[in-house]
Formats: sequence, structure tokens, C-alpha cells
Amino acid sequence: MNPFALRQRALAWFHRHKETQAWALLAPGFGWLVLFFLVPIVIMFAYSVMPRGEYGGVERGFTLEHYARFMDPLYIKILWRTLEDSTICTVACLLTGYPVAYVIARATKWRNFLMFLVILPFWTSFLVRTFAMIFLLRDTGLINTMLLKLGVITEPILMLYTPFAVMLGLVYGFLPFMILPIYASLEKLDLSLLEAAEVLGAKPMARFFRVTLPLSMPGVVAGSLLVFIPALGSFLTSDLLGGAKEIMIGNLVQNQFTTARNWPFGSAASFIVMALVLVAVMIYLRVRDRDTELGAH
Amino acid sequence: MHSLKLPRWLVAFVALVYAFLHIPLLVLVVFSFNASKYGVEWTGFTTHWYARLWERQDIIDGLKASVVVGVSSTLISTLLGTLMALAIARHEFRGRRLMEAFLYIPIVTPEIVVGISLLILFVLLNFPLGLVSIVIAHVAFNISFVVVVVLARLQGMDRNLEEAAMILGADEFTTFRRITVPLLWPGILSGAMLAFTMSFDDYVITSFVTGTGSSTLPIVVYTMVRKNIEPSINAISTIILIITTILIFAADRLGRDKPLVHSAD
Repeated sequence: MNPFALRQRALAWFHRHKETQAWALLAPGFGWLVLFFLVPIVIMFAYSVMPRGEYGGVERGFTLEHYARFMDPLYIKILWRTLEDSTICTVACLLTGYPVAYVIARATKWRNFLMFLVILPFWTSFLVRTFAMIFLLRDTGLINTMLLKLGVITEPILMLYTPFAVMLGLVYGFLPFMILPIYASLEKLDLSLLEAAEVLGAKPMARFFRVTLPLSMPGVVAGSLLVFIPALGSFLTSDLLGGAKEIMIGNLVQNQFTTARNWPFGSAASFIVMALVLVAVMIYLRVRDRDTELGAH
Repeated sequence: MHSLKLPRWLVAFVALVYAFLHIPLLVLVVFSFNASKYGVEWTGFTTHWYARLWERQDIIDGLKASVVVGVSSTLISTLLGTLMALAIARHEFRGRRLMEAFLYIPIVTPEIVVGISLLILFVLLNFPLGLVSIVIAHVAFNISFVVVVVLARLQGMDRNLEEAAMILGADEFTTFRRITVPLLWPGILSGAMLAFTMSFDDYVITSFVTGTGSSTLPIVVYTMVRKNIEPSINAISTIILIITTILIFAADRLGRDKPLVHSAD
């Protein structure tokens, strides 16, 4: 068969099978995601309800003992600390990130440059950025050295390996995730609404709280989700900046898979992280749908 | 519009936040050129620490591994992701909305969950941990990001150009090759660059699926941070920062480009 006829036949076949054509395009990527993303998570869940075997493996059977262990005060504390840290981090990112997004959205000449300065750390190696924090905070770090030289202090202030360092590292790491979505919703804001509010006598504060802030809520909610989720699962920050003293659930998971070698328990902990994330996403979708409904009126 | 002028305290606050975001990295870069081996007292300019990097076999090997993994995972995830984006944007099929929702799950799943679940899979299948397992993992977390970037470009594209080509007698294949692909190219490239950056920077997922003798650069850097080897860390961090900055700058540029009509010959 000559190439031209082959091509004609292929075209005719595609016209007859639109849906097949779509699935031909989807299949390789979808297959990869099912095989190396979905299936592993299902197996992980199965591990979390199976008895622990030797050398980190599992044995046949069904048990809820790994989940029950989270009733232990030690693990409740870790779980609670993780939620608390993630929440504080989200609020801190919101309070510092909102003004930044607001200024970028109002900037004219410098907007692209200011945006680039936010995108850059967004994509910069998290490891390198965490090391940058260590370089500043430790006893022989830049801050302590400078304060000592200036005679403000006589001995180094303990900053690294404290809860403060972990929080600073989390905010430093996730702040861009908050700024970008808030900026996206502020950029779309119709300025004539603000002018209308001004004409009607609203003071700057009233204009902000009654017009700007409510209209930027979709960005605030999306940004909070984008900070809260990775904060929940983070372990690198508490590992390197907290000296693994104040462990979060991420550290617990990592521990079970490396040194403790209790894979079923680690799987259960990991599944709890996943469940918390899904709850956060569901709350986000709820709030978003409510907002769109309000916006439609 | 004087009423929209920004208050001075607000600008000052924002300047402080920018300082918080960027000064730590600037300090890191500056001190990679410090002659002093210990502490942060400035004793003179040197490029000695950069020269020292090339004497370290683990760093050279790590860099090689990172480039091999980055390039292979980028090629695979860009190809698969682009095809998926085309299907979603251009075809009607049952479960399309479900597919779109599904694609967001890998984006919101914490890295540690992805990492350990893949580790369990590989161990269960007796699959050797090494460069191949790392590539598989990186493709799995990159596909969704590529789809999102390419889909955004596709949805912003002018479909009239494709219709015009068809009216002028081009069949689907010709239209796709001569119109769709050239118009979509910046989106594909920018998706690819983001995929490479994420692969190049990933520590968490890689740390679970790496085997002996297949350490990527972030794994090597983590070990260095743990052992406190410096100022070599400052030097290698600076190199990583430069590579990332170039890639992001390029991706940002491409993402903003208006579709070029004449690039279709």
C-alpha cells in the first residue's frame, strides 16, 4: 500500500473513532500515572492495614493496630504539632504574602521584574534555600557573628535547632506559593469598583476590607491551600533546621522507612498525611464553590 | 489616579519581605567566594572552592546523574504530558472532567507520600533502585505539571488558524504539524523547562527511590549539609542557583511569548 492511501485510511479511521483517538493520546501518560502513582498509593494503603513482618516487610492478614498507635499521646503530640505548625505557617505566609501580592498588582513599570523575583525562589532548590537559612542562623552563622562583632551580644544566641528556626524555614520555603495565587486574583480586580467605592465616600481602609479583600478571597484560599499542604508533609525543614528534635509527621514517616524499618506503621502515618491533604482540598473546593455562587449574584 | 497610590509603610514592608526572600541566597553566593575556610569572616576573594568542586568525584558523579535523570524524565514527561493536554483540549471523550481532576491529585500530594509509596512498589516488584527508578518517579510527578502548562497554552490559542488551514485543504496531520505544533511549541518548551528544573532540584522523592551509586546532585548536597563540608556547599549551591535561574528565566520568557504565526513556514 502506498503511503498516501495509508494516510487516507488512517484519517478515515480517526474520523470514525473520535473517542479512540482521544484515548490513544491519553493512554501513555494516564497509564504511567496509574502504574507509578495510583497503584503505589493503593499498595501503601494495603500495607498500612497489614501486620508487620520481619525486616520491614508485611505479613498476610488485616489489622488496624498501626492506626490505633496514633492514639498514643506521643503520636497525638506529633500529629497536633504538625497541624499547629502548618496552620501558623499558613497564617504567617498570608500576613506577609498578601501585601506583596497587592503591591505587585498595583505596580506598573516594575511589575514583571517584581513577579520574576517571586517566581525565582518558587522554583529554587528547597535544599539550597534551607541551607541558606542554616548559614544565617547557626552559632557561627552570619547573624551571630555580626552581633558579636558589634558587641550587641557576648555569646551566640541559639537560633538553629529551635522551633523558631523551623517556622522561619517553613515560611521562607512556602511564601511564594501564597503570593502567586493572591496576585492572580488581585490582578483581575476591576479598579472601577474601587473608584465607585471612593466616590461613594469609603475611606481607604473601608475600601480595602469591603471591596479588595472579599474579591481576592479565591486567591487567598488557593494560596492557603498551596502553603498548608506542603507544610503538612514537610520533613526536610524540621530535619535540617529543627535538628530532628521537634519532629513532624513527615519525619515520623521517613524514620519508619529508614531507621525504624516499620513499613506498615510508616504507611499508616503517610496515609494520615494523605487524608489530611484530601480534607484540606475538599474544604478548598467547598469554599471556592460558595465564592463563585456569591460572585454570580 | 492618586487615590490608588501605595502608602509608604506598605512599600517599606514589602521591601522587607523581598529582602527576607532574597538576602539569604545572596549571602550564600557572596560567601562562596570567601577565602576563609571557617566561619563567616571575610578574609579575601577566591574561586578556590569552585576549583575544589571538580576534584570531588561524588559531585561530578552527582551532576552527571542529575543531568541524565533530568533530561530523560523531561523528555518522557513532556511527550506524555503534551499528548494528554491535546486530548483534553481538542477531543470530547467520556470522563474528561474526571481526567482533569485526576491530573491535579499528583500536584497536591505531598512529596513524601509519592516517595514512600513508590519505594514500596519497587521493593515489592524487586525492581532495582537506581537511575531508572529515579526517572520513573520523576516522570510520575512531572506529567501533571506539563499538562497544566501546555493546556493553558492550548486554551489560549486561536483555533481560527487551524480551521483556516483545513479550509485551505490541509488534512489533520498537515494542520497538526504545520500549525498546531509551531504555535504550541513555546508552551511545550516552557513545560519541559519546568519539568527539568523540578527533576534537577528534587531531593525528597529521589531520596527514597535512589540506590547505591546513583546519587543525584541534591542527594550529594544533602550529605554535604549533614557533614558540614564548606565552603564547598556554598559553591555548589551557587552553581545550582545559576542553572535554575537561567532555566526559569527562559521558561518565563517563552511562556509570555505571543504565538508566532510566521514560524509555521
